[in-house]
Amino acid sequence: MKFPESWLREFVDPPVDRDELCRRLTMAGLEVEVVDALGAGLDGVVVGEIVDCASHPNADKLRVCQVSIGKDAPLQIVCGAPNARAGLKAPLATIGAQLPNGIEIKKAALRGVESNGMLCSAQELALDADASGLLELPADAPVGKRLAEYLALPDARIELKLTPNRPDCLGLRGLAHDVAALFDVAVNEASATPVAAVSAASREVHLDAGAECPRYVGRVIEGVQAAAKSPLWLAERLRRSGIRPISAIVDVTQYVMLELGQPMHAYDMAALDGAIQVRRARADETVKLLDGNEHTLAPDFLVIADGKNAVGLAGIMGGFDSRVVDATRDIFLEAAHFAPAAIMGRARKLGLHTDASHRFERGVDSELPRLAMERATRLILDICGGKPGPVVETTLADALPKAVPLKLRRARLARVLGIDIADAEVERILGKLDMRVEKTAEGWRVTPPSRRFDIAIEEDLIEEIARIHGYDRVPRHAPGGELHLHLPSEAELSPARLRAQLAARGYREAICMSFVARDLLERWSLDGGSVALANPLSTDLAVMRTSLLPGLVEALKYNRNRQQERVRLFETGLVFRTDSELKQIPRLAAVACGRAAPEGWATAKRDVDFFDLKADLETLVALAGGDRKSMFESASEPWLHPGRSAWALIDGKLAAIVGMLHPRLLKTLDLDCDVYVFEADLAVLTAGKVPRSKPISVFPMLRRDIAVVVPEAIDYAAIESCVREAVGQHLTEVIVFDRYSGQNLGSGTKSLAIGLILQDDSRTLTVEDADRCVAQAVAVLESQCQAKLRG
Amino acid sequence: MSELSQQVDKAVHEIAAAASLESLEALRVALLGKSGLITEQLKTLGKLPPDERKAQGALVNRAKELLQDAIAQRKSVLENAVFDARLTAERIDITLPGRDADLGGIHPVTRTLERIIDIFSRLGYAQADGPEIEDDYHNFEALNFPAHHPARAMHDTFYFPDGKLLRTHTSPVQIRAMRNARPPLRIIAPGKVYRSDSDQTHSPMFHQVEGLLIDETSSFADLKGTLAEFVRAFFERDFEMRFRPSYFPFTEPSAEVDIRWDSADGGERWLEVLGAGLVHPAVLCGCGIDAEKYTGFAFGLGVERFAMLRYGVTDLRAFFENDVRFLRQFG
Repeated sequence: MKFPESWLREFVDPPVDRDELCRRLTMAGLEVEVVDALGAGLDGVVVGEIVDCASHPNADKLRVCQVSIGKDAPLQIVCGAPNARAGLKAPLATIGAQLPNGIEIKKAALRGVESNGMLCSAQELALDADASGLLELPADAPVGKRLAEYLALPDARIELKLTPNRPDCLGLRGLAHDVAALFDVAVNEASATPVAAVSAASREVHLDAGAECPRYVGRVIEGVQAAAKSPLWLAERLRRSGIRPISAIVDVTQYVMLELGQPMHAYDMAALDGAIQVRRARADETVKLLDGNEHTLAPDFLVIADGKNAVGLAGIMGGFDSRVVDATRDIFLEAAHFAPAAIMGRARKLGLHTDASHRFERGVDSELPRLAMERATRLILDICGGKPGPVVETTLADALPKAVPLKLRRARLARVLGIDIADAEVERILGKLDMRVEKTAEGWRVTPPSRRFDIAIEEDLIEEIARIHGYDRVPRHAPGGELHLHLPSEAELSPARLRAQLAARGYREAICMSFVARDLLERWSLDGGSVALANPLSTDLAVMRTSLLPGLVEALKYNRNRQQERVRLFETGLVFRTDSELKQIPRLAAVACGRAAPEGWATAKRDVDFFDLKADLETLVALAGGDRKSMFESASEPWLHPGRSAWALIDGKLAAIVGMLHPRLLKTLDLDCDVYVFEADLAVLTAGKVPRSKPISVFPMLRRDIAVVVPEAIDYAAIESCVREAVGQHLTEVIVFDRYSGQNLGSGTKSLAIGLILQDDSRTLTVEDADRCVAQAVAVLESQCQAKLRG
Repeated sequence: MSELSQQVDKAVHEIAAAASLESLEALRVALLGKSGLITEQLKTLGKLPPDERKAQGALVNRAKELLQDAIAQRKSVLENAVFDARLTAERIDITLPGRDADLGGIHPVTRTLERIIDIFSRLGYAQADGPEIEDDYHNFEALNFPAHHPARAMHDTFYFPDGKLLRTHTSPVQIRAMRNARPPLRIIAPGKVYRSDSDQTHSPMFHQVEGLLIDETSSFADLKGTLAEFVRAFFERDFEMRFRPSYFPFTEPSAEVDIRWDSADGGERWLEVLGAGLVHPAVLCGCGIDAEKYTGFAFGLGVERFAMLRYGVTDLRAFFENDVRFLRQFG
């Protein structure tokens, strides 16, 4: 909502300056977004009249104008504006003037022709954004008059960023009541003396949409001068409200809308046939609107129709064929009430957004149409002449919104706000806001005015009082209510601990978009069960991720492409899949490439490998404490190297996957290094136990080392499980401390060096006990794992 | 001077001159060993007449002690020299960098989130979570946004073909919290939210924190007190702060909170940092909470905005590029 300050002050004129007015509006919830000062720097700018306009001898696009400012001889001005012509009145900046944009006007020669000033556009005078040509002033503009004085400047364009609950402030009259309440001053209501009919011409109206349109005020005005131009004061007010003046009749409807908040429409009588009907659109009914487009309507649209066709889209936009043009002689004016529910979302459906739809879908005062009609009639008669017919008001009284009195309790007001506000102040505020207030035992009974669609419950009244009284007058206080802690169990590990652990192991946290390109998921073969957006911003952000890894590897690549050789990233977040039902699963993933350790003078110069990532994952599993069992099994995922990838089962649950990206995928992704990754279900990692302490053995530990040669195909896990089974309860730990394959061994075999840590809870183990354990282990390894003890 | 004392004198000189622990040990054997000087002297004592024996014995014993002391002293000197030599040999260049000083870090958005949660945790707020793919009911309807209401136009929403949507705010977690637990409630809900908007100052995905308090006494004054204290604690400084009336369908009265922020050009400006209000009675009732008995407040904030202000980040997009050179700055 944009409007000139001077117009608002015509309705309500608080004794404060512009800054204070704007500050208080903002602090009352009517946020002032922009204030443009108009008319500053116009000293030396006067109304000029171009008395002669000749072409420039040396330049095609320049004209040499003789401009009268009412005294002495006309001034010679060189001008490049396309609309410069003899007879035009336009602002002239005289020598010495300093324009708002900083330009100082000096005598100059333009392409060899002397110029004694500058004819100006609205933009050069900071009045408007229009830079297309000279600001055209009306023919009756007094030549030589100071422009600022002529245009009643200075003034300011104030722009409010209104919240959707305050449509009543989309008209100055509504806004004026808030200002009146804020500063405790009176509102000057717009004069709307009824204009008596001088003709009998009228048009019948049928309301066939019930509560969607319970009131329609129409009036015929015959014999108007539709081509008339709006007077300067009206055109200026529109311009300063951000609306370009078009023609007097259209301008008047806009003017009344800005002033009162009631959208109106004018039809060309000649294009209407029969009675006006407000009804739902018929299926596939079409209408050509003022925007020049033909729209096909669904039956949830409300239309204004004549006896034959839809002639406009109710509350949104008028029809093209019945629009008022310069040749129009008789008009039919409409001021109607449409219920918000009948308009909401309809304009958007057609890709439209109009001043009318903006207001009606938020709510327009149902009591306004008659007032608006009288106001518009007066203005049209003054500007365009014509003979008004009678006002025809059609109302479905039962369907009109009813003013419902609300109770406001003194105690509730104090409880909700945390302060006591004096009764007199409450009554003053509500009264100034045009509410009817009656005292009751507990407080008041309050009836809001019909323009306030946002006042429906007691809390709404409380907000009104707080808003006008001032939020800044409510003290700051600490909540003192009952406290009941709803905390997660200690058993549940905080994801923050997992993040800290990965950070300590050299990973940096990344946050990737939750949506990715479908194409990316396809390249990973992770598109199965993916969920796509219906309205993505772009194809790159079209499908919800089914794994954190594709995005994370893209981030790794982004860094590789910026000379980062060694990259380690992790992320926690949701992944989304659907099979029978939608699942949103919290995951944790990590990716790594480059050296295993950062480059340094004393660091092993090897690349990161499977066992680095496996260890990182294992430390995460261990964080939750307890004796969780993790098992790794070969994985077969199309995006992972088949020989270097594993599923991790934690306490028997498939919980994570770790491995090297498949070389084919690396190639598709255009990555020139091996990339190792893991991804785990966050819920499994965080599901710990509250620790239970057990006594530790006081007897010494013994260690025995053995080295066995086994076929390559026998996995270590099988060997460890044989050893554990063979030795039994005395074995507290198994360590594999060397692995070798090569020249001294037969091909297809490997040697493993294994340390057995032995201990008993009730006695010191003897050398004989230890020897027996080793013998048992070796025997089982030989029989079950084709192992040979290495000499 | 007796022969013994001459021998002892000589031996003491030799001990003091011993160059190594080995030569010292050879001296010790020669003087104090089984067939050493002192032992030989002691053997001769028995042959002396009883009246001389005692005096001579004392002399020999004193000589023995003298030699033992001299050897011990010399041994200590020699041992220290060996130790010093070892320490000198073992010197390293302590200015070389440490090995594998590899440290990752937490994303600035997470760092900010954790800090916000920490502050509210101290006030008794418990963390709550909700799904990111939401239904219309939780994201809009239960929060008092009727279908097609213009208030919905303030949320550019991503939809799925089945009508589900990506939550546009963390406020749906309020609804889930109120439906899952009875008041009194203090909930803090951090998370990702989505709006179909992307430019220099808007990311289609960003983070919010939602707070909710419901009890039998809370008021607008409590909301003001809580948020003022939070902002002061977060930024570790006092601000000029203002609560401005605003509109959210799920709160009444509603407010936006501005702080007076020093801008880059040296001036000051009001900067909106929080949206808040008392929970709308319709929202409470919809969750089965008696709006006469209970009141409460809710607030929401944009995490990236707080992170940008706190750490001086000027481009929102930097948070989601995951450039390690950017991330490294946040520890």
